[in-house]
Amino acid sequence: MSSVVIAKDIVTKFGTNIVHDGISFEIKEGEIFGLLGGSGSGKTTLLREMILLQKYSSGKLFVLEKDIKNLNDKEEDELRSRWGVLFQFGALFSSLSVLENISIALKEYTNLSKSAIKKAALMKLNMVGLPQSSAYLYPSELSGGMKKRVGLARALIRDPKLLFLDEPTSGLDPKSARDFDELIVTLRDTLGITVIMVTHDKDTISSVLDRFIILGNAKIQFYGNIEALRASSNESLRDFTDGK
Amino acid sequence: MDASIEIVTSTDNTITFTYKGSWTLENISKLSKKIDTRYTNSRVIFDFSKLYDFDTHGILLIIETSNKLQKKSCVVEKVGASEKFKALYEVCLSNFPQDIKSPMKNGTIVEFFYNIGKITQESRKTLINFFSFVGGLTEAVGMLVFKPKNIRFQAIFYHIENSGLKALPIILLTSFLIGIVIAFQGAVQLEKFGANIFIVEMVSISVTRELAPLITAIVIAGRSASSYTAEIGVMKITEEIDAMKTMGFSVWNFLIIPRVFALMISLPLVVFFADVVSIFGGMVIASLQLGISFEEFTNRMQESVEIKHVIIGLIKAPIFGWIIAVIGCFRGFQISSSTESVGKYTTISVVNAIFWVIAMDALISVFLTELGL
Repeated sequence: MSSVVIAKDIVTKFGTNIVHDGISFEIKEGEIFGLLGGSGSGKTTLLREMILLQKYSSGKLFVLEKDIKNLNDKEEDELRSRWGVLFQFGALFSSLSVLENISIALKEYTNLSKSAIKKAALMKLNMVGLPQSSAYLYPSELSGGMKKRVGLARALIRDPKLLFLDEPTSGLDPKSARDFDELIVTLRDTLGITVIMVTHDKDTISSVLDRFIILGNAKIQFYGNIEALRASSNESLRDFTDGK
Repeated sequence: MDASIEIVTSTDNTITFTYKGSWTLENISKLSKKIDTRYTNSRVIFDFSKLYDFDTHGILLIIETSNKLQKKSCVVEKVGASEKFKALYEVCLSNFPQDIKSPMKNGTIVEFFYNIGKITQESRKTLINFFSFVGGLTEAVGMLVFKPKNIRFQAIFYHIENSGLKALPIILLTSFLIGIVIAFQGAVQLEKFGANIFIVEMVSISVTRELAPLITAIVIAGRSASSYTAEIGVMKITEEIDAMKTMGFSVWNFLIIPRVFALMISLPLVVFFADVVSIFGGMVIASLQLGISFEEFTNRMQESVEIKHVIIGLIKAPIFGWIIAVIGCFRGFQISSSTESVGKYTTISVVNAIFWVIAMDALISVFLTELGL
């Protein structure tokens, strides 16, 4: 199995504030990988660096075998077409309906027929567990959980190899959250997607994540899977598991 | 990676579709043209053994092909599928969408009348809401009279600085130019009659009574009505307003009254400066174009221009300020959850504010002229 993401000694500074101080990890293909840590530990910053929304100060970061520091515009676009991103609050385009939100990437980047685009978008809508009747609603008419599902469908529309999720289950009721977890595992199993997520949800951590890192004090405090964490002697780290 | 489909017809009414290569998104539009579904009453075999790669878009196309063939009473059999393919095929099949229609559009005539009705209804509602808003504001101001310690002076001064003081440079520049324009156009006409000295009355009266208050109000409406609407609207979207309400802070005292008072206080002051600067603009042109010195100009002004014109102009200013602030705040509270509505109501608020300022100016003009002032 090849590595989808390789980070080597990533350093991020905002002015004099050091967010990451030499972070290294690897994410393998087909994995569901978690970025954990307390508030302000730089999880989301790390995620944003991987998806080219933010620059890191030094170190090397390879995403899908590309060194993302030195990409030209064309390579960046090519890379962007191979991943999907779900933002914390969905980040749906408020002037577009649900169906238009999901299908916009196909409309802009492929020459598929209108009906084929609509079919593909509706299938993704079904896949994330939303009724077809929601297709013509607008984002302002959706609940938080529905927005996330639409956001996921939009992220999946081009069948990406890599999926980034920013707190996918936050703000969802427990049942929706578990359904969402299941959905992500199913998608990984069937589509062979690699999933990288920032999360706080203990159930997600223990039932979905294959491996994860825990960030703290600008360093990686833990790197491994849930069993290793449960066996760990560090009290404050074990708070991230469901074990008391 | 390339993709293709091979269709072989054998003698016993059996057709074999062999799927080859990578059936993924980038190849789909090309592949969909190659698929031939004109067969009826046949046995069709889908052979997936040479399928190298696939994604949901490829499988969607395969399912659609299969459905079309089945509709024409073909029997579709699938062979050579890998486990991975079967799993994804199941997922796609169970999520295969029914075709749905986009929401119905009514006939054009019906829609036309429907829209008229809808707009009328909404306007009526807005009007009632506006009166209720003004009522609420008046009540809140009335309460402040009994409890003056609730007046938030800091917020008032903040808005005076932001909406009044910071608008001063642009307003002074505009007023100066207006003074120049009036004097210049007047000079040409008055010169014909040899009535050069009347430039003084012309500039002083028109500017102090009408133009300076109007120009000031229009600039302030463009600057502040829009910012009030957007500020309050975004606070509404981020639930700041709800948070204030739950903590028992009065939206009137914290947000609306400071803005209304700030404009009512600062507008007359700004108008006064605008008066001065635009008369100065007129004086410059009078001396350059008509040879009336600054001294002559001021003397003539003292003799023949009554102070009432300046006062009328200054009295109008707080009324305009009230209109601008109230419309700006009112429209801000109409903004709902979507980001689009911020733009919509900000535009409406500026257009409304400018319109009502001009309408009110016209009304006051007629009223005062009838009174003989």
